[in-house]
Amino acid sequence: MAEVSYPDDLLYHPEHDWARIDPSEPDLAVLGITWFAQDALGEVVFFEPPTPGTRLVKDQPYAEVESVKAVSDVVAPLSGEIVEVNDALADGPHAINEDPYGEGWLVKVRMSDPAECEALLDADAYGASLG
Amino acid sequence: MRRTPLYDRHVAAGAKIVDFAGWEMPVQYPDGVRAEHMAVRERCGIFDVSHMGEIETVGPQAEALLQRLLSNDVSKIAIGGAQYSVLCDEKGGVIDDLFTYRLERERYLTVTNASNHERDLAWFRAHAGDFDVELHDRIDDYAMLAVQGPLAREIVQAISDAPLPARMTAATRRLGGADVLVCGTGYTGEDGVELLLAPADAPGLWDELCHCGASPAGLAARDTLRLEACFHLYGNDLSLDRNPIEAGLGWCCCEDTGFIGSEAIREARSVGAPEKLIAFEIDGPGIARQGNPIVGGGVVTSGTLSPCLDVGIGMAYVPAGRIAVGTPLQIDVRGRLREAKVHTRPFVEKKA
Repeated sequence: MAEVSYPDDLLYHPEHDWARIDPSEPDLAVLGITWFAQDALGEVVFFEPPTPGTRLVKDQPYAEVESVKAVSDVVAPLSGEIVEVNDALADGPHAINEDPYGEGWLVKVRMSDPAECEALLDADAYGASLG
Repeated sequence: MRRTPLYDRHVAAGAKIVDFAGWEMPVQYPDGVRAEHMAVRERCGIFDVSHMGEIETVGPQAEALLQRLLSNDVSKIAIGGAQYSVLCDEKGGVIDDLFTYRLERERYLTVTNASNHERDLAWFRAHAGDFDVELHDRIDDYAMLAVQGPLAREIVQAISDAPLPARMTAATRRLGGADVLVCGTGYTGEDGVELLLAPADAPGLWDELCHCGASPAGLAARDTLRLEACFHLYGNDLSLDRNPIEAGLGWCCCEDTGFIGSEAIREARSVGAPEKLIAFEIDGPGIARQGNPIVGGGVVTSGTLSPCLDVGIGMAYVPAGRIAVGTPLQIDVRGRLREAKVHTRPFVEKKA
């Protein structure tokens, strides 16, 4: 399993999701769950990506990750439309545990309201919120 | 919250700890559930199950009391024998499922599920008044370790002062430096033993068995293993509102012994149950969970991803006409219909 980390270049939602915005594509965001979320879940055994075109609403669940015993909602940190999903996870979702910020990315969205980023936390604030 | 004598070992090993029936228990260790599960199927795993309860029944009418309480024929348990049964109420609803070991002619030990121990004990006590017996709550006197897998007996035998008892028997042995009640029972579908011993001796024996090749495994792996073996879990597949006939446990009920609930169960057996517990396998992706409805009637009681088969498996109550192996089912998994089929039991056979 991965070491604890909350990369500085990401934005965080209190429900343990992250967003990465690449300055070269400022209206797109890659989304995933944080180290804290995958650690709380334990070993992820199933993740079925939503279909491209699905609309996300900030603070609403848009997908589920499953461990052997439980199902957890994944909350959207930002609103937008899914333009790409991580299909590789359907074959084996272990990347969500092993590399939650890299290979474990879940979806890429075209943001409908980039100003929503201002409500998200930076790595320090998110880390502090975990207590 | 209670802790077993091995709590510090689990924390030191990096286990994720959860609340289970009022006990802080390891749900998985850092290598993950799949690794723990496969270790049991292929080699040897070790589980701390010290949270389970024990009730000792002693005296000239110990057999008579147990015959009244337990569904199975207690007179068939030889000294040193083990027997599975259910504990029922007057309506034939299941209060718990239990293993009982006959330690001496008039001394029996019944192992209870952690979540039901207090209720079981109260039930035993409520019905013991007319019998010449003593009942002792032994939960604090025993720690319990389960050592399971194709190599389990070999590993435990190597530190035992005498041959281990066979399957479905129990005997005291000296393992390492400790006196241990060794039971030829288990909940994984693999061969192995369950060890009952003084709490103070548990950490030392745990360390020695781990050193000899047993891999620590937590409650999550315990559930995936038992589900592949189609063993019942109380609170999922068994409950007060289901009788043993529906649950497929008619085999451990001997109504002629006159146990509490026997009349209701005799009736259910002769009339037939409207719903019965079956095993199912999902066709394709998805994992069904407890509570998911079956289209056309029935409900999922247990579900997980099978580490051995890499597919969703589970158990469900379905209408009696749909229990044949191969019957197609549709399971409503949180609004999405998943196709499944009734499957043979168990899903995974014991390694030879």
